Amino acid sequence: MSVLFVLVPLALLLVIIFVVAYAWSSRSGQFDDLTTPAMRVLHDEVTPVAQKTTGTSVTTDPEPPGAH
Amino acid sequence: MSTAITADARGTATAVRERCAHCGLEAAAGEARHLDGAMYCCAGCETAASIIRQSGLTGFYSLPDKRTTRVRSSGRSFAEFDHDAFQTAHVRRTAEGLAEVSLYLEGVHCASCVWLVERVPLAVPGAVRAELDVTRAVAQLAWDPERTTLSALARVLDQLGYRPHPFRGRRADEARRAEERAMLTRIGVAGAIAANVMTIALALYSGWFGDMDAEFERYFRWLSFALVTPALFWPGRVFFRSAWAAVRARGLHMDVPIAVALAAGYLQGAFNTWRDAGPIYFDAVATLIFLLLVGRYLQHRAQRSAADAAALLGALSPDTARLVEGDAVRDVPTEAVLPGMLVEVRAGDTLPADGTVETGRSSLDLAMLTGEARPESVGEGAAVFAGTLNLTSTLRVRVTEAGETSRIGKLLREVERGARERAPVVLFADRMSGWFIATVLALAVTTVVLWWGRDRFAAVDHAIALLVITCPCALAMATPLSFTVAIGRAARRGILIKGGHALESLTGRGVVYLDKTGTVTEGRLALEHWDGTDDVRVLVLGLERRSRHPVAAAFAAAWSDVPVPEPTEAREELGCGLEGRVNGRRVVVGKPTWVRQRVGLADAEGVPHSTAAFATAGNDAGLTPVLVAVDGAIVARAGFGDPVRPQARAAVDELRARGWDVRLLSGDAPEVVTRVALALGLDPSAGEGGATPERKRDVIRNARAAFPVTRITQSDRPVVMVGDGVNDAAAISIATVGVAVSGGAEASMAAADVYLARGGIGALGELLDGARRTSRIVRRNMLIALGYNAIGVSLAMMGVIDPLFAAVLMPVSSLTVVLGAWQGRTFPREAA
Repeated sequence: MSVLFVLVPLALLLVIIFVVAYAWSSRSGQFDDLTTPAMRVLHDEVTPVAQKTTGTSVTTDPEPPGAH
Repeated sequence: MSTAITADARGTATAVRERCAHCGLEAAAGEARHLDGAMYCCAGCETAASIIRQSGLTGFYSLPDKRTTRVRSSGRSFAEFDHDAFQTAHVRRTAEGLAEVSLYLEGVHCASCVWLVERVPLAVPGAVRAELDVTRAVAQLAWDPERTTLSALARVLDQLGYRPHPFRGRRADEARRAEERAMLTRIGVAGAIAANVMTIALALYSGWFGDMDAEFERYFRWLSFALVTPALFWPGRVFFRSAWAAVRARGLHMDVPIAVALAAGYLQGAFNTWRDAGPIYFDAVATLIFLLLVGRYLQHRAQRSAADAAALLGALSPDTARLVEGDAVRDVPTEAVLPGMLVEVRAGDTLPADGTVETGRSSLDLAMLTGEARPESVGEGAAVFAGTLNLTSTLRVRVTEAGETSRIGKLLREVERGARERAPVVLFADRMSGWFIATVLALAVTTVVLWWGRDRFAAVDHAIALLVITCPCALAMATPLSFTVAIGRAARRGILIKGGHALESLTGRGVVYLDKTGTVTEGRLALEHWDGTDDVRVLVLGLERRSRHPVAAAFAAAWSDVPVPEPTEAREELGCGLEGRVNGRRVVVGKPTWVRQRVGLADAEGVPHSTAAFATAGNDAGLTPVLVAVDGAIVARAGFGDPVRPQARAAVDELRARGWDVRLLSGDAPEVVTRVALALGLDPSAGEGGATPERKRDVIRNARAAFPVTRITQSDRPVVMVGDGVNDAAAISIATVGVAVSGGAEASMAAADVYLARGGIGALGELLDGARRTSRIVRRNMLIALGYNAIGVSLAMMGVIDPLFAAVLMPVSSLTVVLGAWQGRTFPREAA
């Protein structure tokens, strides 16, 4: 039973990691809009023609949504 | 439209079953366009489809859920979006040197809209990013200002049928967003802690029945303590802060008993952990914090969505002015208009500022500003005001006052003042909480006194158990949740309610003041009386064919089945009428005095007796008279008025059946108000005409003063103001409950507590019913919660309660009231 003295704090450490991850994602605005991303995943990746012809590659956005 | 043409259109539509390749709707005959073997129903769809094809995005047509509305492009240049004043107000710069803007888009609703809005603008060279929040219909655009302009992006969106508007209130929006993120974070943290504390508590409770080593028991108790401490000091802090604010303001708020219970449970638990005996309440405290935060978040969300909907409708108001500079006319934002400038106002435009007419003659619709339904004719030198609508022809106006100093600007300041002076409605639940906490504290003291002689530790334990178990979790959640559910359901029925206090105030029986123009009437001129033969109708329509005067529109709307001949000659005399030749006959239509003068009849001489009688009778009845002369003889007469909305009579009857006093309060002429009062089945004395915005505000203030607010009868006699114009906004803002109706001015919507999106006052009865049912549910929930508390208190005072019982009773009582709030019938569930 004395293993509990090790296991429970370990479990709580996991809890802390998850809570921190959650707080980060919530603060960076990932839960602001729960409808549109759900629709967005159904769309295929398409690069508009005009972008290709002008040779600019601006469609890839390195920033996560909402992180301004 | 002629009878022949309509019949033809119907015939073709049934014969051809082809559908538009873009929107999937059947095309009306004559409008169908063929391009590259596909058929489109209108120019808008054709343009949208060609943009999509050119961008290489034809994958759009294989998306499962498609738009089913026709593309309606406004075709505007959006040049004002590039103006400096617009850029400083709405556009911001990002770190990478890009420009960014939030635009509200009309007509987005589904996945394919997301697809189009996020991809098509990127085909414009220089556009970098487009992101759409489909629930709020707000798109974020980012572009390189060196390579393209915002107007180019706006035009693309407009051509797709999503007309862009600048999204205002971005700063408030950001603050709210930050608040919402913080709320979600707190809920997550509190939830994680509550779950873990409960797991440990489960082990402790099981330990009672088996034999747990004292060592492990102490270990688990200390663990719970370590876990619950951050929950109390981080997510739980909001309750203490709000309770402290309430105490400092010498008011009692539901958060005060919550804070007392949380603090008592935590301190006692900590003390018992340290002395290694007696119950700990950490599981109850952690669960409480979590549940209360969830309740608060849901409440916040519902109120936000109602406020959002009203704010977005406000974004639709016109935002630009046409500035005349030399020979050129360009679009600028309204904010950039200054006194001394010359602006052009075309027919159908709203005036951007106060001024005097420099060139042109036209008629203006003053309804928004004064409540007057009849259009007013203006010529050179006339003073005109911002917010009025130009109806017939282009005017050039020299600006005298703009922005805050204009008449409308002053009215808006009045609205703000009204909103400030209104005493806040204290919710029944909050008024109850004072009594509640006093009773609970008295009972706790009694418990300590009763048990002190026998066992001092037990005395404190039992008193704390009482405090924890009576924590008004159910009370604090039941009220907001009931309101939240009701507000959410009302929104689906087109009734947007900004807060629970509006619902609670509407349970009593009071006075409703209705604005006339645009609220009980349709706010447009219509033919209400016609005395003449059918062949005259053809001639009148022919003559009025080219006119943009509201009378012409009213004739056309009333006689849509009559063929319209082309006039061989037509001349419009502004403010008087029309004269010309139709089918070879000389026709004069217009104001009685002018028509008589044109056909050479001096005054009443030679006028058929009944005509003269009608001209005066028409005035008495509040109708505007119009005479028709053909070949020099007066042959027909018409009466125009602002028709009462079809459901208005029924709505007024419904209100009166519920015991409400219904009155009319209008800026229009008294005789018009009397006519409308009679049409609504009201006593003419219940209507007041000629009321200025200030008069309206004073009437409401006096009505409220006649029934002073006391602590108990706070909402027993509510004074409700229902209106749509800027002239009603001040009155709306100081009424117990202000209601704005659809199509109204932004100011009235902002001032109102309730916004009826369905148009007219038909939904008022439903609103009152919903409010009453909601209040009943709130009270029923309170009774249930008090019942649970009564059981808990008696058990705690007898000393038979234990922490396990408390931990079970509390969530069960919360669950009961939540289910009660959810199940209760408030507003009908189905969408309007």
